[in-house]
Amino acid sequence: MVKPKIGVYICHCGSNIAGTVDVPQVVEFAKGLPAVAVAREYKFMCSDPGQSMIKDDIKNLKLNRVVVASCSPLLHEPTFRRAVQEAGINPYLFEMANIREHCSWTTEDHGEATEKAKALVSAAVKRVYHHQPLETREVPVNPNTLIVGGGIAGIQAALEIADAGHKVYLVEKDPSIGGHMIQFDKTFPTLDCSACILTPKMTSVGSHPNIELMTYSKVEEIAGFIGNFKAKIQKKARFVDESKCNGCGVCMEKCPWKADSEFDLGLSQRKAIYTPFAQAVPNVPVIDKESCAYFLKGKCRACEKFCEREAIDFEQQDKTVEIDVGNIIIATGYDPFDPTPIAKYGYGKLPNVVTGLEFERICNSVGPTGGKIVLKDGSEPKSIAIIHCVGSRDENYHEYCSRVCCMYALKYSHLIKEKTKADVYQMYIDMRCFGKGYEEFYKRLSKEGVTFIRGKPAEVTDRAINDEEKGKLIVVGEDSLLGTIVRVPVDMVILCIALEARADAKNVAQLFSISQGADGFFIERHPKLDPVATMTEGVFIAGCCQGPKDIPDTVAQASAAATRVLALINKGKVELEAAVAVIDEEKCSGCRICNLLCPYNAISFIEEDEVSRINEALCKGCGTCVAACPSAAITHKHFTTEEIMAEIEGVLV
Amino acid sequence: MNNFEPKIVGFCCNWCSYRGADLAGTARMKCSPNVRIIRVMCSGRVEPIFVVKAFELGADGVLILGCHPGDCHYVEGNYKTMRRMPLLKKMLGQLGIEDERVRLDWVSASEGDRFVSVVDDMTAKVKALGPFKKNSKEAKHG
Repeated sequence: MVKPKIGVYICHCGSNIAGTVDVPQVVEFAKGLPAVAVAREYKFMCSDPGQSMIKDDIKNLKLNRVVVASCSPLLHEPTFRRAVQEAGINPYLFEMANIREHCSWTTEDHGEATEKAKALVSAAVKRVYHHQPLETREVPVNPNTLIVGGGIAGIQAALEIADAGHKVYLVEKDPSIGGHMIQFDKTFPTLDCSACILTPKMTSVGSHPNIELMTYSKVEEIAGFIGNFKAKIQKKARFVDESKCNGCGVCMEKCPWKADSEFDLGLSQRKAIYTPFAQAVPNVPVIDKESCAYFLKGKCRACEKFCEREAIDFEQQDKTVEIDVGNIIIATGYDPFDPTPIAKYGYGKLPNVVTGLEFERICNSVGPTGGKIVLKDGSEPKSIAIIHCVGSRDENYHEYCSRVCCMYALKYSHLIKEKTKADVYQMYIDMRCFGKGYEEFYKRLSKEGVTFIRGKPAEVTDRAINDEEKGKLIVVGEDSLLGTIVRVPVDMVILCIALEARADAKNVAQLFSISQGADGFFIERHPKLDPVATMTEGVFIAGCCQGPKDIPDTVAQASAAATRVLALINKGKVELEAAVAVIDEEKCSGCRICNLLCPYNAISFIEEDEVSRINEALCKGCGTCVAACPSAAITHKHFTTEEIMAEIEGVLV
Repeated sequence: MNNFEPKIVGFCCNWCSYRGADLAGTARMKCSPNVRIIRVMCSGRVEPIFVVKAFELGADGVLILGCHPGDCHYVEGNYKTMRRMPLLKKMLGQLGIEDERVRLDWVSASEGDRFVSVVDDMTAKVKALGPFKKNSKEAKHG
């Protein structure tokens, strides 16, 4: 090995580091560390002049190792690895000391911060001393993409990729694609009919030669890595042969059995053989075993008798198909918050307290009331209160703002005014109308005769205290602008419920090895600069599974995710991390402990040689086998025992 | 003993706890400077010998942080770490290292606040124990 010659570069990061850490002192300290040839400081090491300083030193001083002490390596490690590589050094002969996030930003006392920075620099210098040049591996990228979730996010991403000429598998758990957006009546602030703008996209998906639509299906298992995933998809039995059915609908007409419609949130009924809504894609019904008389009692089969195309197949079984894909986009959406636990608002007890999503269906011309805004008794309401932030901005439920409720509440006001003569009361905390055309929509609505009352209501009750309140729902709260208690008697109350992470988001996160935030939504790689990638290479997120958002933002994010996937497909290959594990077969005793530890089945026992061997393509470099090997026969490249021991010594200066 | 500032070696996994520590910084939360972090890809990489070595080289405590059980980026590496802990603790006890000087805990990428509270709590506990003094047995075998 050539004798290590290390250059150390300490970043001020403006005042982010230098405001707390005595940088000149750390530079002096670094100069005294073994094998350090040069130590310098600079205002912004990541800037062009900063990088040039490093490159020039590599050339002029013949440095063969570099340490940069600045921000988190998760931010700028790629920047500096590239810089040293451009100056002719293997990128793995570089190490970063995190003296910003882990030091200057978290430490109050300047002296303590400076001491900690010295320890972290010393650790990096001692570690880099032992670094070895490593070569990254290139693997081809399978051009097929798996998209999970057939709402507007999944639809948008699927069309972008398919239109670019690449194969997409779109997996949706429900019998039809469309997601929540197809349940909405109008969309704010333009008041476009939601179905009118979505169905053309849905039919494009259904007929696209590059899209293989798998509805009534779910992803069961994912194996592999970026560019080379293997997915197992479970297709639930529809009991209708998709290749024979032409969607004529006779089966649904003749079926005598009914159940609550999931699509209409239980406000109407559907048949036991059904498509969730008229424009379903695919337009192929499913038989719900739970409500079908044949499955429950062994007789009926009316649908079968009337189906001219003999598409009904009661013998159909669930089946699992295996597909190979290079990238995955997760667009699993959100669940609407269930307001039942907020007992004071009476949801579930008071008949005319409805959720926002239920109101969307009530408003919709093909919904349970044929688009008439009516009370449970069929009469038209004379007054309606809309309560904002139900489950959002509430420490008892969700601290976050759901971002869409103010706007859909305004939309409801407009729809109510259009269809009825009812008075409308908006009970809000703050009006948050931040998007394009949103503030204008708010202004417009305030001229349509809507009453705005600032303050979150305390309760909704049917206990009248005077004649005017008799037979009404009374919304009790404080008008915080006037500082008075108000009692507003109305006929109907709409709760603007929060958007929350899917109940099964944890399972999805585990399945795809991605992370969830405290609120359950999936975490993006960087909250500002990498909003669609995840910690797992080749797995992207789009839409409300990442956090509550409106349709324009969802579409933008879905297109962004598609673009990222297209870039990878276009490149055709991807570099894999070089930091994997290797077994020294001379030292391996063949005990096979490592075989069982590996979660990726990357280690197999070679019978004829009586040793274990690691498949580098499958190894993800966690190092668990390394720590467990009783013969110390496994080396974790870039995280060798020697390197980590040196780092331990370093932090303990 | 009041002025005693312990040195604690912190092993953080790349995916959850290291990011949690980063988040604490980004959010400018303040925490004791005593824990110095070494990044590993997975808490499962932390060999028992690393812990012993840390004490031999002058650490007063060792903190190992991984992803929450069930959330491991590598599926189940943190369970392997968890399984190793009782044996490691037993061995450390034989070396005269008090139980509270070594702690395995979980911090997710979104738990900057939890990172701070674990670090502060660990620092306070080790402070209360006082400096770690290597006994003769450990010095001989270390």
